[in-house]
Amino acid sequence: MVPLSYYLILAAILFAISIVGIFLNRKNLIVLLMAIELMLMAVNLNFVAFSHYLNDLSGQLFVFFILVVAAAESGIGLAILVVLFRNLSSIDVEDLDTLKG
Amino acid sequence: MEFKTILFYIFSTITVMAALRVITARNPVHAALFLVLAFFNMAGLWMLLQAEFLALALIMVYVGAVMVLFLFVVMMLDINIERVRQGFWNNLPLGALVGLLMVGEMAVVLSGRYFGLAHLPPQNMPANYSNTKELARLLYTDYAYPFEIASVILLVAIVAAVMLTLRGRKDNKAMHSSDQIAVKAKDRMRLVKMSPEVELPAAAAKEGE
Repeated sequence: MVPLSYYLILAAILFAISIVGIFLNRKNLIVLLMAIELMLMAVNLNFVAFSHYLNDLSGQLFVFFILVVAAAESGIGLAILVVLFRNLSSIDVEDLDTLKG
Repeated sequence: MEFKTILFYIFSTITVMAALRVITARNPVHAALFLVLAFFNMAGLWMLLQAEFLALALIMVYVGAVMVLFLFVVMMLDINIERVRQGFWNNLPLGALVGLLMVGEMAVVLSGRYFGLAHLPPQNMPANYSNTKELARLLYTDYAYPFEIASVILLVAIVAAVMLTLRGRKDNKAMHSSDQIAVKAKDRMRLVKMSPEVELPAAAAKEGE
C-alpha cells in the first residue's frame, strides 16, 4: 500500500515544478496562469490524500470549493488577459508597468 | 508489488513529466495540452484515493471547461514565440534552487519518522460505499452556507468576465437604456424664449415693397 507521505511528496514536487515555471515564464502570462492551476492541483492532492487517510470527507469538500474558486479565477484571469492583449498587443509581464510599480 | 502501487507510480511519473513539459513547452498550445494530460493523471491518482466524485469533477470541470477556455484564449492571441522565449533560461538557476530547496525540505519533513505519517493506515471502504452520496450529504447539511457562497462567486465571475471583455460597437443603433430611464421632462421639450412678433407699421411695409 502506498503510504501517505508518497502522495505528499508528489504534491510537493508538483508545487515546486510550478514555482520553477513561474520563474521561467516571465514573458508569457498564459503559462503563468497554467502554472497557478498546477499549483492549485498540487494543493488539492494534499487535501484528498489527507481526507482519505484520516477518513474525513471535509477535505474533499474543501477541494470542491477550491475547484470553484480556481475556475472563477482562471475565467477572470483570462478575461483580463484578453483585454490586456487588446490594449498592449503583448502578454509580457515586463510590459505591465503602467502603474510604475 | 501491489497493483495499486504500480498504478500510483505510473500516474505520478506521467503527472510530473507532463508538469515539466507544461512549464518548458515552446508553444503555449502544447503547454495547455500537457496540462490536460497532467489533470487526467491527477484524476487517476484521486481515484486511487477513493475520491471518485472529485476525480470525475476534475476531468469535467478542468479538462472540459477550463482547459478549453485556455485553448480558446491561446489561439485567439497572436503570440510572438521568439520574443517570449528570449532569455527563457536566465531565471532557471534561481528557480531551480528555490524549487529543489522546497522539495528537499518537504521530503525531509514528510518521509522522516517525526510525523508518524507512514503508520497512518489507509481507510478502505466497503464495496457499496458511495463517495458521491456521502459528499452530497455533507455538502447540503454542514456546508450548505459555503455552497451558496460558492455559487455567488461563480455568478460574480461570470458577470466580471463578461463586463471585462464587452466592447461597445461604434455602429450600434441600440438604445441606451440607462439614459432612457434617467430622462427628465425638460430634456424632452425645450422652451425657447423669444420676443413677440410685432406688426410693422403700414408706411414701413410699403417702403419695403
